[in-house]
Amino acid sequence: MIKSFVQKKLTFREIDPEKGLRAAMDLSPEAVIDCISDSGLKGRGGAGFPTGAKWKFCRAAKGEQKYVVCNADEGEPGTFKDRVILTRFPHLVFAGMTIAARAVGATRGIVYLRGEYTYLLGGLKKALQERRDDGRLGPAVLGGDQEFDIEIRMGSGAYVCGEETALIESLEGHRGESRNRPPFTADTGMNADPTVVNNVETFAWAACILDKGPDWFRVVGTDHSVGFKLFSVSGDIDRPGVYELPLGTTVQELLEAVGGENAKAVVIGGAAGRCVGQGEFDRKVCYEDVPTGGAVIVFGPGRDMLEVAENFLEFMCEESCGQCTPCRVGNPKLLECVRMLKDGNCSASYLREIVALGESIHAASKCGLGQSSGNVFLSIVEHFREEIMGRAVGSV
Amino acid sequence: MVLLTERDRLRQSLAELAERYGKQRSSLLPILQEIQRQHYHISDYAMQVVADLLGIHPVEVFAVVSFYSFLDFKPKGRFIIRVCRTMCCHMQGKDRVARQLETDLGIGFGETTPDGRFTLEWANCIGMCDLGPALLVNDRVYTQVTPNEVHHIIEECRKVFGVHATQGQEV
Amino acid sequence: MADKIQVDGGKTRAPKSMRRSRPEVHLDTEHPVTVTIDGLETEVPFGTTILEAARKQGVKIPTLCFHEDLCVAGVCRVCLVEVTGHSILHAACAYPITEPIEIFTNTPRVRRARSHMIDLLLSEHLGECYSCWRNNNCELQKLAQEYGVRRYRFGHVSERSEPVDRSSYSVTRDMDKCVLCRRCVRTCIDLQEVGVLEALYRGHDTKIGTFLDKPLGEVVCINCGQCINRCPTGALRARDPVEEIWTAIDDPTKHVVMQTAPSPRAGLGECFELEPGTPVTRQLNTALRRCGFDRVFDTNFTADLTIIEEGTELILRLYKALVEKDASAALPQFTSCSPGWVKYLEHFYPDFIPNLSSAKSPQQMFGSLIKTFYAEKNGIDPKDIVSVALMPCTAKKYECNRPEMCDSGYKDVDYGLTTREMGRMIHQAGIDLPSMPDSDFDDPFGTATGSGVIFGATGGVMEAALRTVLELVTGKLVENFYDHCDITPIRGFEGVRLAEITIDEVGPVPEIIAHLVPDWNWLKGATLKVGVAHGTANAKLVLEDIKAGGPFSECHFIEFMACPGGCLGGGGQPIPTSPEIRKKRAEAIYAEDAGSKVRKSHENPAVLGVYEQFLTDGPCGEVSHRLLHTHYTERGKYIV
Ligand SMILES: Cc1cc2nc3c(=O)[nH]c(=O)nc-3n(C[C@H](O)[C@H](O)[C@H](O)COP(=O)(O)O)c2cc1C
Ligand code: SF4
Ligand code: SF4
Ligand code: SF4
Ligand code: SF4
Ligand code: FES
Repeated sequence: MIKSFVQKKLTFREIDPEKGLRAAMDLSPEAVIDCISDSGLKGRGGAGFPTGAKWKFCRAAKGEQKYVVCNADEGEPGTFKDRVILTRFPHLVFAGMTIAARAVGATRGIVYLRGEYTYLLGGLKKALQERRDDGRLGPAVLGGDQEFDIEIRMGSGAYVCGEETALIESLEGHRGESRNRPPFTADTGMNADPTVVNNVETFAWAACILDKGPDWFRVVGTDHSVGFKLFSVSGDIDRPGVYELPLGTTVQELLEAVGGENAKAVVIGGAAGRCVGQGEFDRKVCYEDVPTGGAVIVFGPGRDMLEVAENFLEFMCEESCGQCTPCRVGNPKLLECVRMLKDGNCSASYLREIVALGESIHAASKCGLGQSSGNVFLSIVEHFREEIMGRAVGSV
Repeated sequence: MVLLTERDRLRQSLAELAERYGKQRSSLLPILQEIQRQHYHISDYAMQVVADLLGIHPVEVFAVVSFYSFLDFKPKGRFIIRVCRTMCCHMQGKDRVARQLETDLGIGFGETTPDGRFTLEWANCIGMCDLGPALLVNDRVYTQVTPNEVHHIIEECRKVFGVHATQGQEV
Repeated sequence: MADKIQVDGGKTRAPKSMRRSRPEVHLDTEHPVTVTIDGLETEVPFGTTILEAARKQGVKIPTLCFHEDLCVAGVCRVCLVEVTGHSILHAACAYPITEPIEIFTNTPRVRRARSHMIDLLLSEHLGECYSCWRNNNCELQKLAQEYGVRRYRFGHVSERSEPVDRSSYSVTRDMDKCVLCRRCVRTCIDLQEVGVLEALYRGHDTKIGTFLDKPLGEVVCINCGQCINRCPTGALRARDPVEEIWTAIDDPTKHVVMQTAPSPRAGLGECFELEPGTPVTRQLNTALRRCGFDRVFDTNFTADLTIIEEGTELILRLYKALVEKDASAALPQFTSCSPGWVKYLEHFYPDFIPNLSSAKSPQQMFGSLIKTFYAEKNGIDPKDIVSVALMPCTAKKYECNRPEMCDSGYKDVDYGLTTREMGRMIHQAGIDLPSMPDSDFDDPFGTATGSGVIFGATGGVMEAALRTVLELVTGKLVENFYDHCDITPIRGFEGVRLAEITIDEVGPVPEIIAHLVPDWNWLKGATLKVGVAHGTANAKLVLEDIKAGGPFSECHFIEFMACPGGCLGGGGQPIPTSPEIRKKRAEAIYAEDAGSKVRKSHENPAVLGVYEQFLTDGPCGEVSHRLLHTHYTERGKYIV
């Protein structure tokens, strides 16, 4: 049994998933969308796109068959909160998906579960069957006029398939290579039909919001980031696990909550996130400051930041889909540079050249993977120059 | 009496799979995953049959198989042990677990034991960051593995073959 | 007469690849969108890409993975532009304009990012331009030049990581020069639907390869060479016989004979900076002689012969099937002059092999005649003859190596030479083709007709066949049915075409074929249905249509060409290729036809001469069967 530590006070524990669902079924689709829009809910998968707006596009898009896809490909290093949600609150997620289906007029739902989580499959299937058995899924959800069913499709070990267009390519039986946008998935997604793709947590919050109302959700947060968010916290701390904190919490507050006060650096947002040094612990974790899909990795005083950069870049080089030049060829250059730094033979001017390249990789890449792959490295170069320059050969 | 060759049987079972999942491109991954589950890899012939069933080109199937880490076109061991090598597990001591696995199995990463029972591989983040070091044995997840536990994990697998590793015998 | 048709519910693809799974924003010409490009405001239809919009404004954006014939990939990221308000840059080729935006194509950020992309590509590219066949005609090299690459900022490879794949008779692959633009993939899978090449593995290990990453010679490649035509670099190349041909020319004991096909003559000028569609036929004759070829013949001669043989075969088949009700006579009859198409059929639709005409392609007919008829007539030992064929085609290199193509007792054609290779030989010989005086082809195959010429364009074989069949059967001049005997309904670049011709009367049938069937009146009032398809993707549509009992299943005769546009768009033609260039080449071909003195195959006096002197038992007779006809192999598509 895999038992992650989960903070005691957790909204999801207190919510009855079916109440939100019932509320949604009694509302018109437009009213459901308004409710979500009013709440200010933004995607919990990382990019932070307003969920209400996404659903609205999808509702407006023409298409006979619409899809609701739950992105459970959680592959970002340092994230595991979706696993915890799927283990403990699957009904909340399925209720959220059904609500989304109601909102956009979809009849088919798909959970794209990463292959590593195959062990969750049995429990999830059981939960789905329960829902079918008592009419929370099926030709008439809760006896109303909404038809909806959910199937589970497995990933096969590719981080990039978490990217929503790559995910759809994968569902369609292709290599997980991201698509060009526009068109966006809300308009042209699965089988070229309108498709809503949301994170596991986003669906769970949607179910909560339908139950408690949009204003309940808005009570915490900042101007542009409202509500609570689950954080997967790991690394050199006393209590690794899943925490629920309001968006806008500072890094310092977060560290205090998890027992990581003596941290030297925190990587927020996983391998695609950024590295925050001690001097910046007053920054806020929210979409307008330091955004995250929920991954927080804490590094204690003894950690070598170049090792961090190296590990994450190795990850990116292997997990890139390899179609576009900046990401396929550029990331290995960054990795090479990290290794040069480790060996103390990277000149300052080459480092400058690489930093400029990193910016181009960010700007030129086709999808979010390449656009964010260099973040950790670049922020380490920015904040830890003293530490990374002038190493003696073999000092590590 | 009908004489079925290995290939006939494979073709038959793949046709059934295609029937079950539907003969469209979007069934490709579920079909491949099922083949992988049953045969521990997807053979050259199987890829061509699947291509035929779905009306696509074999090279497209191969391109897909070679893309995903959990699909293999080369035969692998009955148990694939994948050790997470990403930062969190790294910080929690994955190197020692890995070393112990190499020693106990007598193979390096990327290799399969000569008896075809174990394959040792690295995995990228498997989502157990708070419970590292973690590893996967096929679908099963092991968390907070200590070097000492490696032995038990391997032992547990061997039981499937009805062999006790400590006795060092093959049946 | 139907020219625009839908087959199998799907639209035919006038050469344009379509990947159904990758959605694109559809162009909507009714809804213009205002865009500003580098400060200039303009209106474009909704869905126009930034690249197209910029081109219309005369703004040049560099591209690498973009190709006019292919669906958008957006993978090289060279065509980056900045859009106001967007934090990242966009690939102009892959960004459809759906709302009013302001675009900048020349900002410091854009310039830097573009040159970074080029630097990155070069860092993994085995750059050895001197020894590279694309030197001076390479899109990567050109980009490096335009963007002022003066040093390898991020390193440079100088060692091979993979040997060159020379397993195929037609295409060699040097993956150390591949920039992963995937044009070849889109060509092979989407445009041609052969499906040999795909991107394999992922991340930094991504490479272009075949099924199981096997050598090209071992997979179901049809040798069409279309991938070569669209590759921006020297990664793909035709197998080059130039050195061997020079050796033969330099060897005084060898009698080196050249036959030239019509399409290279319409394309070769492009190798000499002439406008596409500048015919160089007669200047080429002079150049070839100066290069040292002993004789120069016109493949059109055997194209005419092909028409007689294939037309005769058709009549025999029709008689067998319609009058004698013999089920073994498979209809429709398929043309067999495109070796890429033949191999495609052998691999993917072996059940249709009985439908293929047994007539050899013009190249191979010529090969057999040269080493038999010509050798005999001129007292030359065929073993001393080296027979070279100038072709627009890479599949011809494979064709002449098929083991059955040795009916003369020797390899009928020794080398297939592409237009590009010919251009290089002429350059190498220091000959300036455009300033060459004109000269004629050599006898005894000196005369050819306009019918032979149009073999080069899609629909040409059909048109040539119809000219002959109509005239022989009805006894009336084709000009009575079609002005200037231009059978325009089957011309054009529509992916597939259908035509019907009713034979109102049956005239006195000329002697050469009169003996074939006991009676000709069954043709009276018959409607001859013919079809045309070019590009194997369209061929596939037609074959599937026949299987499903669609309109093509009622055809009597169908022309298939493996390459989009027909031979003029062949895999051996000068690079680049585009719909525009192919159109120009077609114009050159039809102009040459219109200017020919004789325009119908059966009126070619030299052809009639061959039947009198050599193929004495007439078309489809015993000698002709031995030398001018062939057989096919069921290959299937399973390779292990
Ligand atoms: C490389 C990459 C990996 C991603 N992985 C995930 C993931 O595992 N789970 C997820 O929910 N979103 C992931 N995303 C974000 C998705 O593309 C998408 O924005 C998200 O599923 C939208 O849901 P949301 O609006 O609810 O956040 C990833 C994005 C990128 C670029
Ligand atoms: S950025 Fe990377 S992962 Fe995204 S499309 Fe490009 S190569 Fe693929
Ligand atoms: S492909 Fe182009 S850049 Fe590369 S070696 Fe050849 S000519 Fe030079
Ligand atoms: S020659 Fe034709 S069939 Fe062969 S790989 Fe190239 S495009 Fe595909
Ligand atoms: S072989 Fe040529 S066309 Fe194909 S991906 Fe490489 S560079 Fe592009
Ligand atoms: S030409 Fe636009 S991305 Fe390659």
